[in-house]
Amino acid sequence: MSITLSTAHSVVEPSSLAKRSAGFIVILYALITMAPLFWIFATGWKTPPDSISYPPKIVFGPSLEGYCNLFTTRTRQTADYINALGPPQGTCDEVTRRREMVIAGASNYAPRFVNSLIIAFGSTFLAVTLGVFSAYAFSRFKIPLADDLLFFILSTRMMPPIAVAIPIYLMYREIGLSDTKLGMILLYTAVNVSLAVWLLKGFIDEIPKEYEEAAMIDGYTRLHAFFKVVLPQAATGIAATAIFCLIFAWNEFAFAVLLTSGEAQTAPPFIPTIIGEGGMDWPAVGAGTTLFLIPILVFTILLRKHLLRGITFGAVRK
Amino acid sequence: MAEVSIKNISKRFKSVMAVSSLSLDIADGEFVVLLGPTGAGKTTTLRLVAGLEKPDEGEITIGGQGMAGLAPSARDVAFVFQQYSLYPHLSVFDNLAFPLRSPARRIPENEVKERVNQVAELLRIPHKLANRSTQLSGGEMQRVAIGRALVRQPSIYLMDEPLSSLDAKLRADLRLELKRIQEELGATILYVTHDQIEAMTMANRIGVINEGSLIQLGSPRDIYENPQSIYVAQRLGQPQINLLPAGLLPSGKLPAGTQTIGARTEHFDIQKKPNGEASVDWIEHLGDQNRLHVNLGERRITTLIAPDSNLKSGDRVALKLVRPLCFSASGERLG
Repeated sequence: MSITLSTAHSVVEPSSLAKRSAGFIVILYALITMAPLFWIFATGWKTPPDSISYPPKIVFGPSLEGYCNLFTTRTRQTADYINALGPPQGTCDEVTRRREMVIAGASNYAPRFVNSLIIAFGSTFLAVTLGVFSAYAFSRFKIPLADDLLFFILSTRMMPPIAVAIPIYLMYREIGLSDTKLGMILLYTAVNVSLAVWLLKGFIDEIPKEYEEAAMIDGYTRLHAFFKVVLPQAATGIAATAIFCLIFAWNEFAFAVLLTSGEAQTAPPFIPTIIGEGGMDWPAVGAGTTLFLIPILVFTILLRKHLLRGITFGAVRK
Repeated sequence: MAEVSIKNISKRFKSVMAVSSLSLDIADGEFVVLLGPTGAGKTTTLRLVAGLEKPDEGEITIGGQGMAGLAPSARDVAFVFQQYSLYPHLSVFDNLAFPLRSPARRIPENEVKERVNQVAELLRIPHKLANRSTQLSGGEMQRVAIGRALVRQPSIYLMDEPLSSLDAKLRADLRLELKRIQEELGATILYVTHDQIEAMTMANRIGVINEGSLIQLGSPRDIYENPQSIYVAQRLGQPQINLLPAGLLPSGKLPAGTQTIGARTEHFDIQKKPNGEASVDWIEHLGDQNRLHVNLGERRITTLIAPDSNLKSGDRVALKLVRPLCFSASGERLG
């Protein structure tokens, strides 16, 4: 029996088999989690009959009908009426006429989408701003009862926010915040701020206070030092916190259903209400959901580097 | 540059007296080193001068002006920290320019450039200006940190063990360089360290500090040759001073009341003698010096011997003291 020793073998370097199995597991997991997303994406390009056909169609001729229906409202007309119209204007007009309908106007999807953008980004900005200032204060100053205050802030997340839905509903109706963007921004900020304070406090604790002291000796005020020295170094933590806050506010459904109906309605409660003739307009729902994913996808990709570092931050002591 | 005067300052952290009625006058252009062990109150003293801590008592004046209640930014001091001295998100140039661009100064950008380049020249790092500060080696980082203090012309430079995180060789290099720069600029420096070599080589005056009090202040030579107490004598000299009870070794006439004798290498006269009262235990060859460990009854004496000495372990030797340092029972120096 002989033992071969080679430099190819290493204790710390995973073997190629281990690497391949790990890769296989990751890809499998990704496929499983991405399957529903793919289904939604595909549904958006189907025609209504294709979307509900059984067995489901994997291969189909793509159609813009879902996207057209998403952005328009339509009315049924007689063939004579349609034939009397001039040539169709644009693809959507053509697709609609093929179903013996005409476009009656724009749907509410675009304004709902804009509401979502305003409310999600607005509340994220507020939560992160409040969070970073509070976290800095907790991290740097002697605050009486600091531990109790921090626990109190954390305790707001000890039950699901929706548990207080009814009091909030009554309160909002009383003070006129129901179905307002401001109301939704405040609500999501309140839910996110405890997460923001706790996450950011961890990041700011890791920034040595010597940096600010050096800046203050160099002629900066504490506030200047905060902006010039602390914020740039906390960028990773701020990015990670912002993504978590944004994802919550962007996807939130229950409060949005309960508190908004018109003016301030966000996209999540709107999308399931898209009804076509004789039932749900699944292609329009698929199209609406696909578009709805884009902002969060872009935001996450932009901050990807920070996010990865942010999640593992503090896990390993330098 | 300006003279700095510290009068009777005290600072307490909860139950710990960090600095207790410490007074110190630093002349314009002087390099004063505070020497003491960890926790002696050296750093707190610096932070009090910088305004990062408020004294409980006493006052500090810089250039004749009282500093009470003034924010650090209003004091015209520069501080070099032991660690974390550079902003990791800025380039070397921006780090050096940081104090000049502060709202308290707002120096025009072309002058900033000029001064940063000057300092980079002085510290021999002009080729590193475009680097990110995190790409520097430890020695370069500390050079930049010192440079960030030097770009301004403050009343006083406060330095908190700026060389302690460096390896021995770099420390020795930067020590010389810092002294050269200080003399070139005529800078006033208050420097804190626990390293006696740094204190001995750079200081115009050394202040030995322990438990928040200044124990002795004087030139390096004075502190070394005339320590006023056992404590000060133990802080300086390598190997550490040997403390022996009076009368253990022949030592000539001693002042009345001598209880303890302090003997460094230069106080020993060692002769090889077959019936000597002491025996050589071990000789350490350190290259540049040889350390001799001698057993004298229960006691162990450490001293230096010439490299060409013919002593070897096991040899019997006779020891004699030549004008050693004498201390009373309470540790005070007696002539």
